[in-house]
Amino acid sequence: MRFIFKTDYAQDIRLAKHGGHLFWYGLLGAILLAAPWWASEYVMSQLHFICIYSIVGFGLMILTGFTGQVSLGHAAFLAVGAYTEALMQAAGVPFAVSISCAAIFSAAAGIIIGLPALRLKGIYLAIATLAFGVVVEEIITRWTKLTGGNEGKHLKPVEILGWKLDSDAEFYYLCLALTVLCCLACVNLLRSPTGRAFVAIRDSEISASCLGVNLAKYKTMAFAISAALTGVGGALYAHKLAFISPEQFTLFQSIELLTIVILGGIGFLHGAVLGAAFIIVLPQLISIAKGWLPEGMAPSGLQAVVFGLILILFIIFEPLGLYGRWLKVRTYFELFPFYRKGMFRRQKSYMKSERLR
Amino acid sequence: MSFFKVENLGIRFGGVVAVDKVGFEVRRGECYTIIGPNGAGKTTIFNLIGLLYPATSGKITFEQKEINSFSPHQVADLGIARTFQNIELFEHATVLQNLLIGRHRHRKTALWQELLFTPSVRAAELAQREAVEKVIDFLELAKVRDNLVAGLPYGLRKVVELGRALATEPKLLLLDEPSSGLNPEETDDMAFWIEDIKRHLGVTVLMVEHDMNLVSRVSDRVLALNLGSVIAEGTPAEVQAHPAVIEAYLGKAA
Ligand SMILES: Nc1ncnc2c1ncn2[C@@H]1O[C@H](COP(=O)(O)OP(=O)(O)OP(=O)(O)O)[C@@H](O)[C@H]1O
Ligand SMILES: [Mg+2]
Repeated sequence: MRFIFKTDYAQDIRLAKHGGHLFWYGLLGAILLAAPWWASEYVMSQLHFICIYSIVGFGLMILTGFTGQVSLGHAAFLAVGAYTEALMQAAGVPFAVSISCAAIFSAAAGIIIGLPALRLKGIYLAIATLAFGVVVEEIITRWTKLTGGNEGKHLKPVEILGWKLDSDAEFYYLCLALTVLCCLACVNLLRSPTGRAFVAIRDSEISASCLGVNLAKYKTMAFAISAALTGVGGALYAHKLAFISPEQFTLFQSIELLTIVILGGIGFLHGAVLGAAFIIVLPQLISIAKGWLPEGMAPSGLQAVVFGLILILFIIFEPLGLYGRWLKVRTYFELFPFYRKGMFRRQKSYMKSERLR
Repeated sequence: MSFFKVENLGIRFGGVVAVDKVGFEVRRGECYTIIGPNGAGKTTIFNLIGLLYPATSGKITFEQKEINSFSPHQVADLGIARTFQNIELFEHATVLQNLLIGRHRHRKTALWQELLFTPSVRAAELAQREAVEKVIDFLELAKVRDNLVAGLPYGLRKVVELGRALATEPKLLLLDEPSSGLNPEETDDMAFWIEDIKRHLGVTVLMVEHDMNLVSRVSDRVLALNLGSVIAEGTPAEVQAHPAVIEAYLGKAA
C-alpha cells in the first residue's frame, strides 16, 4: 500500500504523482521506443494502428468521456483528416503544414456539427452525429473530382524536409511521437480550467452554467478539439493504408471508434489507449477463433456481431471499461485484505432537480 | 442605490401562476430570507434570478445593471452564485475538482496556453488552488478533499455545494434551503457558516429556508410568500407574527 504525503499544491498538478509512475511510464516508454528491435513486421503494423487509434481515442474521449457528448459520426472527422492529407500531399504541401491543416479542417467540421448539437442531448445527439457521418460519407463518394469517389486516393510515404519515412520503423516513430504529443496536450487540457469545464458540463449542465461556464462555447470547443485530434489520426491513417476510399469512413468505422472509448473506460485517457489496443487485437482473436469453429459456423459478419456484443456487455457489466477494471484490481491488491465489495459502487442520486431538465 | 432588486416578477407554467408580481430589494451585506409553504414559488424565484427560465414579466437589477436579457453564465460572471435545493454537484469528480470548477469565472489563461501547460497556467492553477484551500479550511472539508462526491453522505454534499458557490467569490449568494435534510448538529454548523459568510466574507446572502430557528438566527429581513405572491415582509419576528403568514402555514382559524 502506498501513502503519498502531500506537502505542496504543485504535487497535485504534477504529471508523475510518485516514483512508481516515473518508473512504469519510463519502462513503457523504453519498450515502445525499442519496438523496431523486438517487434515483427506484423506487430509493428499493429503498433502503427494502435497509435493512430489512440489519437482518435483521445479525441473521442475528450468529447464523449469528459464532456458527455456522444458522437456516432467520428468517421467523418477521420475522413476529413485523411482526405486533407491525401490531397495536400498530392499538391506538394509539406507534411507539417498538411497535418496541421488536417487538424484545422477537421476542427472546422467539428464546429459545424457542434452548432446544432448545442440543442441536442443523448440519443438525439447520437442520431444527429450519425446523420452527419452519413452525409460526409456520401459527399466523399459523390464529389469524385476532389476525392476520386470510389476509386479512392493513393498516398506516398510521409516526407519531412526531404527525409522519406518509408520504413516501418520510421513511420512508427512518427506515429508514436504524435501520440505522445496529443496525449500530453489532452492531459494538460484536463488539468486546466477548460478541461474542468468539460467535466462540469458532463456531470450537470445546470450547475455548470450557474458557475459561469458558457455551455455553447465549451461544447463547441469540445467538438472542435475532439475533431482536430481525430483529423490528425485520420491523416496518419491515410498514410498507414496508403490508399483511402469512402469504404473506410462508414458508420461501422464510427461505431468502432466509439467502441474504443467505451471498452477502454469512459472518462480515462488511459482507456483510449487500452481500447485502441483492444480493438486492434480483437479481429486477430476473432480470426483465430474462426479457425476453431466448425465449417459454416463462422459467418463473415462475425466481427461486427462480436463488437456489438462486447459493447453491450461492457455497457451493462463494466461501465468503467478496461481501465476501470484495472483500477479495481489494483485497489484490491493495494488494500489486500481490506477490500470491500461495494467500494466502487457509486451512490445513486435520486435527488437531482428534475424540474430543471 | 440598490444592490439587488426584483420588480414585478412573474412567471406562469401553463395554467399555474408560480410567481406573481413579486418585488423585493436586497441590501448590500444583509441576509435576506424568503419563506413560504411548499409550492409557494421560492425555488422558482431563484431560477428566475439565475435566468434558467425566462420570466413572463418583471425586471431584475443587480448593481444598477438590468440582467433580464443575460444568459445563466453571464449572471454567474457578475458574481451571483447559488446552491440548489436538490444538490446539483459534479458527481464523478472529487470535492477538490468541484470547488475548482467554482473558480471558473476567475480563469485567466487561453486554450493554447492550457494545451502546453505554460508556466503562466501553472502559476494560475496554484493560485486557484490556494483560493479553493481557503474555502476548504473555512468549511472544514480537508478530510474529504480527494473523495469522489458520488460517495459522500448527504450532509457533506450540501457543504460541498456551499463551498463550490463560495469558491466563485460571489457578491450575492443564493442558498436554496441550506438546512433541508441536515441533522440538528449539521444545521447548527450551517447557521454558523452563513453568519460568517455574511459578517467576515462580506457576502450578501439571499436564502430560502423553512427552519424558522435558523431563519431568525441569521436573517436581517424576511419575505413571506404564498401561492406565488408576497404576503409579508419585515424582521423575522414581525413576519412570524403576521396574521397572513400564520394563516398561510396553519390555515384560517375557524
Ligand atoms: N418547470 C416547471 N414546470 C411546471 N411547473 C413548475 C415548474 N417549476 C415549478 N413549478 C410549479 O411552480 C410552483 C412553485 O414551485 P417551487 O418549486 O418554486 O416551490 P417552492 O416554494 O420552492 O416549494 P418547496 O418548498 O417545496 O421547495 C409549484 O406549483 C410547482 O409545481
Ligand atoms: Mg423549493
